[in-house]
Amino acid sequence: MTRTVPPEAGQTPPNAEFTPKPAGQSGSGNMREFLRSNLRQSGIYIAFIAIVALFTFLTDGTLLSAGNVTNLVLQYSYILVLAIGMVIVIIAGHIDLSVGSVVALTGAVSAVLVIDRGLPWWAGVLAAIAVGLLVGAWHGFWVAYVGIPAFIVTLAGMLLFRGLTLQVLDNVSLSPFPAEYRDVASGFLNGLLGGYGYDTFTLVIGAVAVAGYAVSGWRSRAARTRYGQPVESLALFIVKVLAVGAVVMAFAWQLANARGLPIVLIILGVLAIAYGLITKNTVFGRQVYAIGGNLSAATLSGVKVKAVNFWIFVNMGFLSAVAGVIYSSRSNGAQPAAGEMFELDAIAAAFIGGAAVTGGVGTVVGAMVGGLIMAVMSNGMSLLGVDQSIQSVVKGLVLLLAVAFDVYNKRRAGASR
Amino acid sequence: MDDNILEMRSITKTFPGVKALEDVSLTVRRGEVHAICGENGAGKSTLMKVLSGVYPAGSYDGEIVFDGDVCRFSGIRDSEHVGIAIIHQELALVPYLSIAENIFLGNERRGRGGLINWNKVNAEAGELLDSVGLDENPLIPVGQLGVGKQQLVEIAKALSKDVKLLILDEPTAALNDTDSAHLLGLLRTLQERGITSIIISHKLNEITAIADNVTIIRDGQTVETLSLHAGEVTQDRIIRGMVGRDLESYYPERESHPGAEVLRVEDWTVKHPTQDRLVVDHANLSVRAGEVVGIAGLMGAGRTELAMSIFGRSYGRDISGRVFMHGKEVRTRTVTEAIDNGIAYATEDRKKYGLNLIEDIRRNISAAGLGKLSRRGWVNSNEETKVAESSRKSMNIKAPSVSSIVGKLSGGNQQKVVLSKWLYTDPDVLILDEPTRGIDVGAKYEIYTIINDLVAAGKAVVVISSELPELLGTCDRVYTLSAGRITGEVPVREATQESLMALMTKERELAA
Repeated sequence: MTRTVPPEAGQTPPNAEFTPKPAGQSGSGNMREFLRSNLRQSGIYIAFIAIVALFTFLTDGTLLSAGNVTNLVLQYSYILVLAIGMVIVIIAGHIDLSVGSVVALTGAVSAVLVIDRGLPWWAGVLAAIAVGLLVGAWHGFWVAYVGIPAFIVTLAGMLLFRGLTLQVLDNVSLSPFPAEYRDVASGFLNGLLGGYGYDTFTLVIGAVAVAGYAVSGWRSRAARTRYGQPVESLALFIVKVLAVGAVVMAFAWQLANARGLPIVLIILGVLAIAYGLITKNTVFGRQVYAIGGNLSAATLSGVKVKAVNFWIFVNMGFLSAVAGVIYSSRSNGAQPAAGEMFELDAIAAAFIGGAAVTGGVGTVVGAMVGGLIMAVMSNGMSLLGVDQSIQSVVKGLVLLLAVAFDVYNKRRAGASR
Repeated sequence: MDDNILEMRSITKTFPGVKALEDVSLTVRRGEVHAICGENGAGKSTLMKVLSGVYPAGSYDGEIVFDGDVCRFSGIRDSEHVGIAIIHQELALVPYLSIAENIFLGNERRGRGGLINWNKVNAEAGELLDSVGLDENPLIPVGQLGVGKQQLVEIAKALSKDVKLLILDEPTAALNDTDSAHLLGLLRTLQERGITSIIISHKLNEITAIADNVTIIRDGQTVETLSLHAGEVTQDRIIRGMVGRDLESYYPERESHPGAEVLRVEDWTVKHPTQDRLVVDHANLSVRAGEVVGIAGLMGAGRTELAMSIFGRSYGRDISGRVFMHGKEVRTRTVTEAIDNGIAYATEDRKKYGLNLIEDIRRNISAAGLGKLSRRGWVNSNEETKVAESSRKSMNIKAPSVSSIVGKLSGGNQQKVVLSKWLYTDPDVLILDEPTRGIDVGAKYEIYTIINDLVAAGKAVVVISSELPELLGTCDRVYTLSAGRITGEVPVREATQESLMALMTKERELAA
């Protein structure tokens, strides 16, 4: 018991996975090691692929048809935006129950300004974001500086901001938005470079994304090599780039064959990449994980816990506002009941994506994939004509099983101590 | 003659990748007090978990014979049923329930109609409290009792279940001397009533005083069982069995060359965060470069409180006093300010306050020094890995890689991670609060060596410890603390355990 060895070390020579290998050296075990060491994270991707495959099969391919892929993106974009903010809140050990109400409020403010007062579309967007930031600061103040649990603060916020939404809208729906505003969620970039039955521009953007992925992967690989750290074999790296490239280009091809590149997908892509980097590579991101992993240890390591918690909620407010703009744009107006239950979808996405209930664990990419799993399931079941009630049952079970899997994994890991 | 209440034969327990117990045998005679000794991680707790059914039959190899019957426990309830009760280091009482409710928790005496007759229960609880020598009203909540009294409640709880074999895991670790003496006396009383006890303890003086036999476990194997009756077995003899070597090499040699003063604290006064009393009372102390200064004090003397309040006011309120670094007064109002001024504090409770147990070694080491690893808020993670890797090598952290999860490391290796974290902030003074608590002898030696290397490199080190031999073995100078006041400052060559203890208890006697 004095020497604690991780469980898998029993089967392999202990240092096999960790000895630096010169770049370019390939080994037959490399792929397997890569998969095993990443199993916890890759479990979610495998589940995602399996679910996509299942529904593609069940719907005779309709799920992956050009029109439906576009629809999927448009329909669930705002949940994915919320999931990004939510996973950060959850990693820090909090929860936010108010995001649905904040989506409604920000959309309502924007609608009143643009539809009622006739201000330009961008004024509505800016006002919504300003309101979102204020709401976030409000939550952050109570959670971080007064020390009230986020569950209570945001439960209060859920009621409070729903009430304010009703006040702002005077209890009636507002519609319609001007075309520019609608384009945020329903617009497409199409025909910018011409096309031949498909949109060239979309394919070019797809290719740029793949190239960007390859280049940044190559640069981080080179940096790791410079520091004498282990990197995956060149063959594995190429396979990885090719696999990602194939998926992205197939996806782009389907979009190009439908209506082109949705503007909301660009927003989503930018947010996903930005927040992926922020959580992984910035001091702020590290501090979020540190707070969630062990609050006292973080405090005693000099993390300014209050400030970090405050900004986590301001950020959640910001992303709620972005989701509010997208949702109001998509529904072409503001309704008093907009965004109800969105918080639960966002929370579910984060947990399905591997976030831990106890905090300290989770990734932005995981939460997005978690959101996509839910999206594909509801979309697939709708295509199959499954009743709404059954859909709800299935979604509930998937959430439960995802977290149960996580708990089981942890227990198995803990048993080795 | 051969009346053994318990025989554990050839117990082997394996965890994935680790053999925790290998062919361990333990024989306990009826009515004796049997001690089990061994370093941390030697397998004592695992053995007791096997005995009490925490690890069910089938998950280990070997045989348990209790009271003449071969037992196969599938859970704690089974072992309790035959009369084995275990009292863990961390007490398992519900603070908001009364003493009586705690005693009968899980063992409620139901009367007619399934209702509990509280008058009867409370009366019974009162009798049990008498038998353990605890003079408290059974109706008051357990949370209002001190640790020593809570321990007695645990024993009363065990007695309520007609216990035949009582297992105490480090019962006196958190007790002061009076409470310890009372507890050990109680074990004798219980022995007269025919109750057998197994006591796991690090305090060898207690073991030699109370136990009839001692079994020594090392690295998951039984080393020997010694009879303490003849009076020939000394503490050194037991230690030799535990460590497998003599004590001479316990503390590494060091030449001391103190330099200029690094840290000086003047008139430091701290109030308890919730109660209206002073926890630290006008304390003055100083540390010089290349010097190890000890702080000795009994539990509750304010050692940790003193250190944590200096380190960014992490404890207490209404703090007053002045902190000087290199002769200049500095602000240490937040942890960040303290770190920036070259102060580091490694906590006594590394799992609770020192480490992010679910994170890997690398990110734990970088946690306090991210500023050095980042530019405009972006962390250079390659540099981070390099830093962690070099700490892993220089500190001899035993882990497959720096991406190993810290929660899975042994105590000694965790402590090295904590030290690595603070060393990376490049402090001028390190305050180490119980740096060797809960780690085994080999790792202790390594920690002492690290301390020596630090002072050799010109750092100032403060060691807070409740083990006086440790202070005498590592420090140049020792301050004694009693009830929040510094009651003495002794160069280590003039100090003995007795003289330090006298200073540590000085104020108490004055107050009493």
